[in-house]
Amino acid sequence: MAWLDFTILMSSVVAGATPILLATLGETITEKGGLINLSLDGSILLSAMVAFAVAFETDNLLLGFAAAAIVGALIAATVALFSLYFGQSQVAVGFVLTLMARDLAYFLGNPYSRLYGSQVTPLQIPVLSKIPILGQIFFNHNPLVYLSMVLIGFCWWYIYRTPMGLRLRSVGEQPRASYARGIDPRRLQLFYAVCGGLLVGLGGASFSLYTKPGWGRPQGAEGTGWVALALVIFGGWQPLRAAIGAYLFSFLQVLGIYLQGWLPSVPAQVFQVAPFPLMIFTLLVMYQAQKETVSQWVGDKSWMKTFVEVFSGAAPSSLGKPHHPE
Amino acid sequence: MQTFLRYSRKMILTAVVVFCFTTLILLIAGAPPFAAYYHIFKGSLGSWSKIAHVITVWIPLTLCASGLLYTFRIGLWNIGVEGQMIMGAIFSTALLRFGIESHQPAVFLGLSFFAGAMGGGIWAFFAGFLKTKGGVHEIFAGLGLNFVAQGIILYLIFGPWKRPGVASMSGTEVFPQTLWLPFLSTIRLSPVGLVLALAAVMVTAWMLRYTWVGLGLKAIGKNQYAAFLFGLKPGRYMLLAMAFAGGFAGLAGCLQVAGIYHRLIPAISSNYGYLSLLVVMLSNYNVWVAPGVAFFFACLNIGSIQLPMMLRVDSSLSGVIQGALVLATLAIYAWQTRNKQKERQN
Repeated sequence: MAWLDFTILMSSVVAGATPILLATLGETITEKGGLINLSLDGSILLSAMVAFAVAFETDNLLLGFAAAAIVGALIAATVALFSLYFGQSQVAVGFVLTLMARDLAYFLGNPYSRLYGSQVTPLQIPVLSKIPILGQIFFNHNPLVYLSMVLIGFCWWYIYRTPMGLRLRSVGEQPRASYARGIDPRRLQLFYAVCGGLLVGLGGASFSLYTKPGWGRPQGAEGTGWVALALVIFGGWQPLRAAIGAYLFSFLQVLGIYLQGWLPSVPAQVFQVAPFPLMIFTLLVMYQAQKETVSQWVGDKSWMKTFVEVFSGAAPSSLGKPHHPE
Repeated sequence: MQTFLRYSRKMILTAVVVFCFTTLILLIAGAPPFAAYYHIFKGSLGSWSKIAHVITVWIPLTLCASGLLYTFRIGLWNIGVEGQMIMGAIFSTALLRFGIESHQPAVFLGLSFFAGAMGGGIWAFFAGFLKTKGGVHEIFAGLGLNFVAQGIILYLIFGPWKRPGVASMSGTEVFPQTLWLPFLSTIRLSPVGLVLALAAVMVTAWMLRYTWVGLGLKAIGKNQYAAFLFGLKPGRYMLLAMAFAGGFAGLAGCLQVAGIYHRLIPAISSNYGYLSLLVVMLSNYNVWVAPGVAFFFACLNIGSIQLPMMLRVDSSLSGVIQGALVLATLAIYAWQTRNKQKERQN
């Protein structure tokens, strides 16, 4: 009985992580290329609304997902264009778009509030879902969940094992050097911003078509974009670690529901704040670990070493500093 | 005269672009555009009580915007202003709670302003400290602290400060009337808040223009390294700017508690902190333009409350217009600098 409870719990953790996982992977790709897309929270809401509206009108889920991905990509492209080609602050544009996309979603989505629409249908993977416990946890979901899991590996492979990934990292670290090597950093950053935006849009769609089906004000996806931004940092700009962060956050969310029973005075929202102090803490450790005095002090203590290794990592060197060839 | 002409031409161009965009959005939503504009106008400036309502929104926007001018001047993006406002509200609520049993409520009411400014200031100082000593970018530090503040306020409302019996999203118990800021009964507007907001604008304008603080902030904002070589300490000035920004935001939070809601509610900041960032950006970081922009934004916010009742569309249209204004301004500015560069090249 306890095992059954456990598998159900873990299975809902895996399922619930899907939207935030997609958004986090998308933002990791974008930031790896050196661009911060701060518009995540608004993008997710607007794409969630568009996905639901399109799927509702056309009765076609795939169209809904496609429309959401396009919305995410368009917003990301706006941030990239303003920042890379018009020389405006990417933080400012991203922030304005966050607020604006959210309000646009509420405004245009108003007629679709509290309607019942179609949802993603489950699809068991034939052989793998029969594995005891693990099959229930990982292979008894829908195609969207499988896609998000496959994407974790794909992103890692793409970034660290392919020539294209090398170019992506090079424009994030040293755009001038890549420019000298004949790569146009701006075009590449724009491209990866759009790729990241596509994933963010899919993340938004998986809210309104799967984990929190339907549309309304509030939808329930509010704040996820900021969490995703925090998880990218917590993951040290690496897709695998970011994915672990996304699953941890989902675990925390599920746990919050259980904890509510034990600590009824603390609302579940309080637990969901946890990624943010963790984000600050990660950045703090990253910065301190680079200092010589700190690394000397850490040097001979094995437990401190592992601790620092867990949190270590560095932001792409030119993150947020676009290259303007003149 | 020429600069004024160029400035007004830019403004008209922005207005036209945003007007077309908003009209398009309204048509997509199936609402009559001109009726919507009319309701927003009438809902915000149609009567004295509506104007008073607009001013209650203008006060926190202007206070936060004044504070943000210090941080923008030194080149910091104080996105944490939202959390600073929340902390100001929490600190002043904590102080006012002591005043419930007291025989001198006015003293506690007065002290709550200091508590609010202190709360916001501490939260901002924290973000500034993380920035200068911890190497954490102020945007991430500020954002993180915003959510931590949100967590704290929820915990307090549902935990230690919950209403006897039921804890709910409607907030803590309402304070006795002796702890309310005096307000004009006909239009429900507290003159204290109005005076404070106007004073904040004056003080900010004076500080930035005529004092060594303003000069230092500007010097570091323009060229941090040169200012450092000149003997200014960027870290200290950053902390100072953050403390100012947080102090003003905290004061805004205190006014929300003592002047408007008379209790602590989860949405005490009403997103005014984030909105004030847009106000400052749209006013091009000008201390005299910012209050005007804040007033216009407040009109949009209050006027659009009418939309759900009158036209059955969502009130978030105000946010769409506000965002579109800032984006259009940035786009037009970028386009003009591009043209200028091209002219120079030819």
